[in-house]
Amino acid sequence: MSTGEEGGGPSTPTLSEYRRREQSITLAPLQEQLPGAARKDDSREELLTLNFGPHHPATHGVLRLLVTLQGEVVRDIKPIIGYVHTGIEKTAEDKSYWKVIPVIERMDYLSYYFNAMAFCSAVEALTEVEVPKRGQYLRVIHLELNRIASHLIWLGTSALDLGAVSIFLYCLRERELILDLFEMSSGQRMHTRYFQVGGVIEDIPRGFEARLRKFLEVMPERADQYGAILNSNEIVLQRLRGTCPLDAETLLSLGVSGPLLRAAGNPWDLRKADPYSSYEDFDFKIPVGTVGDNYDRFAVRLAEIYESVKIIGQALDGLPEGPHITEDRKFALPPRHELATSMEALIHHFKLVTEGFRVPAGEIYLPIESPRGELGCYVRSDGSSKPARVHMRDPSFVNLQAVSHMVKGSYIADMIATVAMLDPILGGIDR
Amino acid sequence: MPDATGLELIAQELRAAQGAPPRTASGSPVIETIFFRGRGTLLIEPAHIRGVLAQLRASGYGFLASVHGVDHYPAEPRLGVIYELLDMSRVDRITVKLLLHSERPEVDSVYADGEDGPGWPTANHQEREVYDMFGVIFRGHPDLRRILMPEDYEGHPQRRDFPVGGEPVVFTHNERTALGTPK
Repeated sequence: MSTGEEGGGPSTPTLSEYRRREQSITLAPLQEQLPGAARKDDSREELLTLNFGPHHPATHGVLRLLVTLQGEVVRDIKPIIGYVHTGIEKTAEDKSYWKVIPVIERMDYLSYYFNAMAFCSAVEALTEVEVPKRGQYLRVIHLELNRIASHLIWLGTSALDLGAVSIFLYCLRERELILDLFEMSSGQRMHTRYFQVGGVIEDIPRGFEARLRKFLEVMPERADQYGAILNSNEIVLQRLRGTCPLDAETLLSLGVSGPLLRAAGNPWDLRKADPYSSYEDFDFKIPVGTVGDNYDRFAVRLAEIYESVKIIGQALDGLPEGPHITEDRKFALPPRHELATSMEALIHHFKLVTEGFRVPAGEIYLPIESPRGELGCYVRSDGSSKPARVHMRDPSFVNLQAVSHMVKGSYIADMIATVAMLDPILGGIDR
Repeated sequence: MPDATGLELIAQELRAAQGAPPRTASGSPVIETIFFRGRGTLLIEPAHIRGVLAQLRASGYGFLASVHGVDHYPAEPRLGVIYELLDMSRVDRITVKLLLHSERPEVDSVYADGEDGPGWPTANHQEREVYDMFGVIFRGHPDLRRILMPEDYEGHPQRRDFPVGGEPVVFTHNERTALGTPK
């Protein structure tokens, strides 16, 4: 308790616990390890700790990096997160299962279909609800569209960080086409709530297919253009090629998955390794890199756009007829027209909307492949209609740990490029 | 996924090998094997966590996909820590779970390297999150601070007895009362 209760006079500048903790992570002992640190008077040997973010356009949100610099060389990085922590996992515990989907979607706000997919799949595994084939294919179409949209935002903002401004506008132009498609199928452009436990909420409307085919025609061409623009940009290439590589073994020990791991040559992709939602029906390739530098990370993601286009095309060609959501009325709402004629449908509707469905007690961890890596959803049910625990193993959260290993010993400009290629989404990191 | 028999075999191997390290109340490292919805879970004695993970790593589960917490309130021991392991070459997953009493929720950290083998660097942020959200203390973690909540926050919000929305929002007009400072 401080003595200056009146608050009138200037109080003694005592450091708060927080500030003292903060000062304790400046890594002063590192100075002794540096070669030539004996010349203490040389200003180049001095370490400088700089706060990078949380409000900085190159941190892709509110990521704060405590960077220890020696001149322009990064000696250490401590990521500090939590600025957009909104307690979504706690909120989810207070909602019935079907009402959890909208809040879950808002975690990683660029890949909302993936969040919903991970949660719905986990609940489907707990309840043993089968998703009909058409529902699975529609999910794949939307997941892959979302993957492209997410990669487009990544490409645009990353290029912006590297000094190429115009490509951002091109990327958003194509993303607009995807969001228009989402609006057609679900009525929303973002956070669509399209995926439900047991399938998808509605079948795709008339005209959707034609529009999607037009997009599939345009997209590879446009991706060619992005590649042509960036691969002939000397500045971009110099900032990407050979900067901040990290080998697959270190990445694995750090728990890194997704395009970052594939860029280092490990072809791990859950869509191929452990197919879910009928991914085994489609013919596609897993792009991998060789050395795992920033250029490989860029190239792998750009190549993934083409593969996603291929998957969507096949899913659209082979789209089976049938229901889009499970016919189990205990989990899915009855069709509108039944409500007027069937008493039973009315009861099911009432039960689902008021209480929601009950899930047998148990717990499950279900991973899927999101644009950033393994997105795992852990759900624990206590038998009631609300989950007892929902946890998202968000790839951005885990991948962020690799940033200091990647950047240590390289220039601060390379750090910007690396953070861009890491593609962290702070909504997913902080949840 | 290992099937039910495979899970029992893994449990047997662990029981055979983990006898030597500090034997606790029950002695055996594996308390229970749970096979649910096609996925295997080993419920283990908390003292054996590093040994069990090291042995599972030696048998192929080299990727620690996730570390997260769970609260079984009002049952005791209520605080659970769950380790999701993945074997990439066999595409096989196994879950290791331990339960801690809320009186003394302490368990060895698996983050740092130790005498009993290398650690799991990926556990760094994830153990900090479990500490932040559930108050589980990871012994030997070099930097066990809050990660998502503010440093000066009190309580562990993901515990089941922590109320939802029970926190007063500070505005200028209720600054004094909301923060609990005397007038």
